[in-house]
Amino acid sequence: MSDHSISMTINGRRQTGTVEARTSLGDFLRMDAGYTGVHLGCEHGVCGACTVVVDGRAVRSCLVLAVQADGSEVTTVEGLADPEGTLHPVQQAMRDSHGLQCGFCTPGVVMTFAALTAEDCKPTEDELIAAMSGHICRCTGYQGIRKAAKILVEGGAA
Amino acid sequence: MKPAPFDYVAPRTIEEALRVLAEAGGGATVIAGGQTLMPLLNLRMSQPFILVDINGIEGFSGVTRIDGGTRIGPATRQADALQDTILARHLPAFVKALSHVGHHQTRNRGTVGGSIALGEPAAEMPATAVALGATIEIASVRGTRRVPAREFYVGPYMTVLEPDELVTGIVYPDWPESHHVLFREVAQRPGDFALVGMVGAAVVESGTVGRAGLAWFGMGPTPVAMVQLEAALVGKSLDDLDPDALAATAIADTAPFDDHHASAEYRRTVGRRTFARTLREALSLREPA
Repeated sequence: MSDHSISMTINGRRQTGTVEARTSLGDFLRMDAGYTGVHLGCEHGVCGACTVVVDGRAVRSCLVLAVQADGSEVTTVEGLADPEGTLHPVQQAMRDSHGLQCGFCTPGVVMTFAALTAEDCKPTEDELIAAMSGHICRCTGYQGIRKAAKILVEGGAA
Repeated sequence: MKPAPFDYVAPRTIEEALRVLAEAGGGATVIAGGQTLMPLLNLRMSQPFILVDINGIEGFSGVTRIDGGTRIGPATRQADALQDTILARHLPAFVKALSHVGHHQTRNRGTVGGSIALGEPAAEMPATAVALGATIEIASVRGTRRVPAREFYVGPYMTVLEPDELVTGIVYPDWPESHHVLFREVAQRPGDFALVGMVGAAVVESGTVGRAGLAWFGMGPTPVAMVQLEAALVGKSLDDLDPDALAATAIADTAPFDDHHASAEYRRTVGRRTFARTLREALSLREPA
């Protein structure tokens, strides 16, 4: 089995490491880089909890090898709020609309919404809801998350 | 739920990739987007000695117009293909089917070629290639060959690809711009594998079906071309089409299976109704009295 020296930018900081080829990006982010906000659930691409943003796109970190993300720019849920603690609009919308309960699926959901609402992207509410099909939440019944999507599309407070 | 150990290489050229595949003597597996392969690795249902990552190969992604058709590079991301203007204009049936592949998050990573080369029987992309009459371009150190999608699949996750071969492109023939798109999928949740699905295209000229290409997914060990149905359809006047009778012909070539999601009988029943409804809607046929 081959080992690989890799280097990527995670939440704006350079992270280097040596990984086995089989190490997933999710495991690298958690075990090597310490970003435990990346939640690994099913590890076969079904639950969506491990979703992170790689080069601007929401992807499953359990279905990408760490070595494949060499040279990429990665954002995890830890990279969203500003250093003073002001929540990212997606986090604020999820909080305002009670879009979470136990919080296991939440980082994945938040990263999907964050990627889709970044910069000049203007998704429709339906597009956000459709992207939610890639996430499983066993607490909320999804209605709070739907409400968060509505807030994000309409802008401003609930 | 972690993969067994393997080596990893990311060649920059086709030649280098083909050499690695040849030297591995069957122990190598190609990874593109990894959205189907990574679960198989994590579940240890696939245990290659070496993983050959084709994402970095020059010219392996993108959509181009060629004489009489459209060519898709194997490492073209599904999310990019979904936004592609050439595909939207020339292959609307492909785009419609693609919008049902996996989820937003997996389409951001998954590739068109990966889905086609793996051959999951319930997946949309292999059936679409079969329906529209695509040709798979294949290369190895021994040379190149082109295989019609209709001859490419031999079983679940089994294709005519030899262990040293690599899919280097997929070519879809042109359909007249006025063609009708036929697509319907029945799944338990959006993004799940289809229980029953059909995809295809039909050309109608002055009230008569001039050309038709259709296939099932989730209705057998491979995508299933509706060969008998196509023969029954072509040359017929729209006024003479009986969707319910044609539905029986359409499922004639299928071999659906029982699993914990649905029985074969359920799939046949839903398949017949799905077909009749989709044909009626696509060709604006009148409802039965």
